[in-house]
Amino acid sequence: MSATGNPVMALRGVCAALGARPVLRGIDLEVVGGEVVALLGANGSGKSTTVRAAVGQVPLTGGELELFGKPLRRFRQWRRVGYVPQRSTATAGVPATVREVVSAGRLARRGLRPLGRADRTAVARALDLVGLADRAGDSVDELSGGQHQRVLIARALAGEPELLIMDEPLAGVDLASQQILADALSEEVSRGSSVLLVLHELGPLAPVIDRTVVLRSGRVERVEHPEQLHDLACHPLDAAGRLPGAAEAPKIETGLLT
Amino acid sequence: MIELLDYPFMQRALLAALLVGIAAPAVGIYLVQRRQAIMGDGIGHVALTGVALGFLLSSNPVWTAVLVSSLGAVAMELVRWYGKARGDIALAMLFYGGMAGGVMIINMAPGGSTGKLNTFLFGSITTVSVEDLGAIVVLSMFVLAVCLGLRRQLFAVCQDEEFARVTGLPVRLLNLLLAVTAAVTVTVSMRVVGLLLISALMVIPVAAAQQVTRGFAATLAASIGVGVAVALSGTVVSYHADVPPGASIVLLAIAVFALVTLAAVPLTRRRARIAARQESAEPADGVVLEKTASGSTPSAP
Repeated sequence: MSATGNPVMALRGVCAALGARPVLRGIDLEVVGGEVVALLGANGSGKSTTVRAAVGQVPLTGGELELFGKPLRRFRQWRRVGYVPQRSTATAGVPATVREVVSAGRLARRGLRPLGRADRTAVARALDLVGLADRAGDSVDELSGGQHQRVLIARALAGEPELLIMDEPLAGVDLASQQILADALSEEVSRGSSVLLVLHELGPLAPVIDRTVVLRSGRVERVEHPEQLHDLACHPLDAAGRLPGAAEAPKIETGLLT
Repeated sequence: MIELLDYPFMQRALLAALLVGIAAPAVGIYLVQRRQAIMGDGIGHVALTGVALGFLLSSNPVWTAVLVSSLGAVAMELVRWYGKARGDIALAMLFYGGMAGGVMIINMAPGGSTGKLNTFLFGSITTVSVEDLGAIVVLSMFVLAVCLGLRRQLFAVCQDEEFARVTGLPVRLLNLLLAVTAAVTVTVSMRVVGLLLISALMVIPVAAAQQVTRGFAATLAASIGVGVAVALSGTVVSYHADVPPGASIVLLAIAVFALVTLAAVPLTRRRARIAARQESAEPADGVVLEKTASGSTPSAP
């Protein structure tokens, strides 16, 4: 899990607004190759907006955003990015099997060509990683909320991304499934992937995470290594102060200090 | 039964019905998936202006209808993008405007009257000309090429638009293409089913199919099967009963939907029983989880 290499994602002074309300007020954030970064913070602190801005789904009102060293507007290699959106409660009007939904994750690699053996293997592997191999032929409507969440994660994994961006992947997922996801993530990271994910609590993912970034009111408040966070599940904004060693996270400059 | 194939007009009508029976559900499934089942209806209203324009310019109404309804469908798509709050009002105005424009223009055309629109509103098997059939074949090939050839892309866009955008799919282009394809389908079908009833053939076969299917591909195949069956049999009924084919096709489609829905009840119960039996066979979810977890975890020292 050694974080090495160049930044795969870099946000510098990123500002964004939803409607007239500014949500991000100058976010500085970098994810380097092989690193797992968790975004934490209270509701409305800008976590989801940060990741949605990072994948170009929220327009920036200021600052710079680079993916794999390219400015967002010139970035075209979307197959290198795997995205897990926040689970939508709305289901589509037509049934779809788990395999069909997960196969959509291969589109970035296939273009207009039909799916081949490599695609089927990648889809099967992704389903196996999230523990849903035996449900591949079932309709996604028949799944529970947590299982549905795992389908969306498998869809992102199926594209074999180098950077995985996940918006609250653990929402509604039980502990046993969280453990499965933690295993799946460490497997991906061991293959050299980087991860940026929004969490409410670290849970079983804590050992996988290299760095946590706490947001507050659209700014980076703190950068910590997970083991230094004090009871984060209960008090994400706990003002316990910086523990020794927190300065070892030099890649982040907090918006508050500028 | 066979003798009706001796009439050239019936041959043309049945061929047109076959193509429409395939094309309408093939487009409709994406509209249903995106919960825009009513869009076909709106396009049908707008196409009416195109038909009337064809009479006014004394050109083939199929082509003017394709043009005007495509413009209308693109306008609806643009409303969906930009006018989130008042979108439904804008759509309603487009519907009514299309209808009113059609009535207005047809009465301005030389020798035209509202009655002339009847065959376009509810379909008419005797009026499928050789010229019309040529247009229907060409246009339905376009529809099938889009709906079947790009099914994975369109599926992804209609299932989860945000994910599709992050995958790098040209989502706006695909949405516009789908809108134009829906407009072309409406126009292709107006001779057989009619502009006011075409939306039914786009939606009902899909609704019937998904009572018994679990996946998208299966739903697509089954709904095309239903579409072809009701379009052909409805055309034959229309010949014997001397009624507009749109009426018989749509009533047959609704009958199929009702039958499938009734038949699906015992099927669902059986599935539930099988699932319950499987769960009692491998009792704890945790067993499966453990198995998979240990299988996929890299061997840690």
